[in-house]
Amino acid sequence: MPFGNTHNNFKLNYKVEEEFPDLSKHNNHMAKILTKEIYGKLRDKQTPSGYTLDDVIQTGVDNPGHPFIMTVGCVAGDEESYEVFKDLLDPVISDRHGGYKPTDKHKTDLNFENLKGGDDLDPNYVLSSRVRTGRSIKGYTLPPHNSRGERRAIEKLAVEALTSLDGEFKGKYYPLKSMTDAEQEQLISDHFLFDKPVSPLLTCAGMARDWPDGRGIWHNDNKTFLVWVNEEDHLRVISMQKGGNMREVFRRFCVGLQKIEEIFKKHNHGFMWNEHLGYILTCPSNLGTGLRGGVHVKLPKLSTHPKFEEILTRLRLQKRGTGGVDTASVGGVFDISNADRLGSSEVDQVQLVVDGVKLMVEMEKKLEKGEAIDGMIPAQK
Amino acid sequence: MASSFSRILSSKRSVGLLSVVGGSVAAGFLLHREHVTAGEPLRRRYPASAEYPDLRKHNNCMASHLTPAIYAKLCDKTTPNGFTLDQAIQTGVDNPGHPFIKTVGMVAGDEETYEVFADLLDPVIKERHNGYDARTMKHPTDLDATKIHSGNFDERYVLSSRVRTGRSIRGLSLPPACTRAERREVERVVVDALAGLKGDLTGRYYSLTQMTEKEQQQLIDDHFLFDKPVSPLLTCAGMARDWPDARGIWHNNEKTFLIWVNEEDHTRVISMEKGGNMKRVFERFCKGLKEVERLIQERGWEFMWNERLGYVLTCPSNLGTGLRAGVHVKLPLLSKDPRFSKILDNLRLQKRGTGGVDTAAVGGVFDISNLDRLGHSEVQLVQTVIDGVNYLIECEKRLEKGQDIKVPPPIRQFK
Repeated sequence: MPFGNTHNNFKLNYKVEEEFPDLSKHNNHMAKILTKEIYGKLRDKQTPSGYTLDDVIQTGVDNPGHPFIMTVGCVAGDEESYEVFKDLLDPVISDRHGGYKPTDKHKTDLNFENLKGGDDLDPNYVLSSRVRTGRSIKGYTLPPHNSRGERRAIEKLAVEALTSLDGEFKGKYYPLKSMTDAEQEQLISDHFLFDKPVSPLLTCAGMARDWPDGRGIWHNDNKTFLVWVNEEDHLRVISMQKGGNMREVFRRFCVGLQKIEEIFKKHNHGFMWNEHLGYILTCPSNLGTGLRGGVHVKLPKLSTHPKFEEILTRLRLQKRGTGGVDTASVGGVFDISNADRLGSSEVDQVQLVVDGVKLMVEMEKKLEKGEAIDGMIPAQK
Repeated sequence: MASSFSRILSSKRSVGLLSVVGGSVAAGFLLHREHVTAGEPLRRRYPASAEYPDLRKHNNCMASHLTPAIYAKLCDKTTPNGFTLDQAIQTGVDNPGHPFIKTVGMVAGDEETYEVFADLLDPVIKERHNGYDARTMKHPTDLDATKIHSGNFDERYVLSSRVRTGRSIRGLSLPPACTRAERREVERVVVDALAGLKGDLTGRYYSLTQMTEKEQQQLIDDHFLFDKPVSPLLTCAGMARDWPDARGIWHNNEKTFLIWVNEEDHTRVISMEKGGNMKRVFERFCKGLKEVERLIQERGWEFMWNERLGYVLTCPSNLGTGLRAGVHVKLPLLSKDPRFSKILDNLRLQKRGTGGVDTAAVGGVFDISNLDRLGHSEVQLVQTVIDGVNYLIECEKRLEKGQDIKVPPPIRQFK
């Protein structure tokens, strides 16, 4: 349990004005929404597991602003956080997810056959394809809040489920605590190993506590399907391969996820999901599908075109460097992925990536030939 | 005693405090440290054995003493303010070991931590403070600078002299646990008192949130500005929360007396000067501390202090005097002598680089300071530093002349 929540009642001896954080220099979604009135209304509440408003907002108080991206500035400690602290989280969700209303319903579609195309992205440009999401196990608190006992129980359940997979999903679990040097080297070369979080966005929310206890990586023998256990979410599920066959990546993603979910349900611990918010994850930015489907694609000419950002926005895509979030692109290679998470389905979001990347590669080819691309610029999707 | 007690009750938010501590226990609580009542027991989903941290790769004092039995006994307790064992040990769980120093691996969230979790803290204190038994021993406090002798070093070797300590304001939680309101109250109480300092101690406060760029640059040039903690030893203990809210620096106009507000402790008090006049540095230190204490007492507050542990601070390593008296001293020849470490050990001194803890020495210049904090008074520790540094300088001079040096006999410690 992170700092500050165990004496929530003690804090009530102080007035709202005395406890209210100084957000005057802050630029994140939480800071834009949290007023003294909302703070006053929610400060004496707790979720059943004891998570409080100050716990929710600590990361946003400690991290005033990100230079490039407007960060969310708050996290959930458990499924109930999204209910108990609705008065703060609903407006944050609305701001972050394009006006999503408290009455809106989210569509889940993990039927890969509904994806059109996606198997013919030009491998001369598209170096690799990847789809990731997160899943939280119902009945347990989330990484900002969970105790060592809970985290270990989550790991145990996850390992049981994953090691029972077979066929293309047969694989092995590597706990971070007891990995050998050789295993570690291999996981690093495969680009699978995740590190102890250093980003203050995560550490200030208490997600790195007790590292590396209860953390590990599972992957299939083919090295195309990978699960992170107890990093920023209970599970992060990743399907990836070299080249541009996003369709195959998405197929494996959907099939694998459904197999895992069946096993968890059998143990009476399904995934956290509801009609309104879709899949429940630690960061409000990952609600809905929690899906980031993307490619590493060579766009040296297009990326320097003055309309690059506008094209991305209209295609509902975002760019990152090849090291992931908060990194720079190297050699004109960009990580391009869907910007949306909530309010559209998995199929919808991957479709946007497939169609958008295809278009951008064509634009790149035109620019290589010295031709203009103005006629190709799409309408807002 | 009674009159100061009533001042405490009338000037603070006493209603809130008493309601937390509980009725008739309050009087006993505030006057007699030994009988602290723990707070509400916690609800736990998992048995202690499932929650016990994996400390097999750890090398800190907490890990050496936290047995599963002690964990099971203490894990359901909280201090009256709600601070828990898991919070106290989190920094030690997250930071398995420091390459050079065996770290403490736990912190206090409030004064009562040292009582409620005594089963763990007493052995940690004993290990860290060379056998000091907090159950049976008493810590001597002595801030009479007139007792110091030979406190003027050879300035061809000693570049600067400094004495620091910490002080906590009784009744407010410590940096790992304090709420924003408590932290702001610490700032208010301290800044209000400091405004009453006069003469060579007259100065002003620079709040970290409101500092201008120019003020910031000046404080950096003066080597006064402290940064947001980056050491995971501190951040994992929650001490950097809400930065820079209610943090600041106060210093006198002469720039020889400096107070940090709400960094690792409620206050860190520093007296320093260029050159080797450690006696004068300590005189100003004692005078300033006593003045600040008088000023906060006038307003109904007092420092956290008790007979067993001396001054109560966040890190158990700083209990007792919380005092680190040191010099920056040029010892290029001695520092290369293989007997250097042993000499320091026997003199009860430690070396650091000139950037402070965890830095390297530059140009043969070392930060040399006392190792001990608890069980010896301020006067005793400063005298130890003075005698020790004088010895080191003698060694350096002898080595310069090609003469041999001797390792001094160890200073006697309590067992």
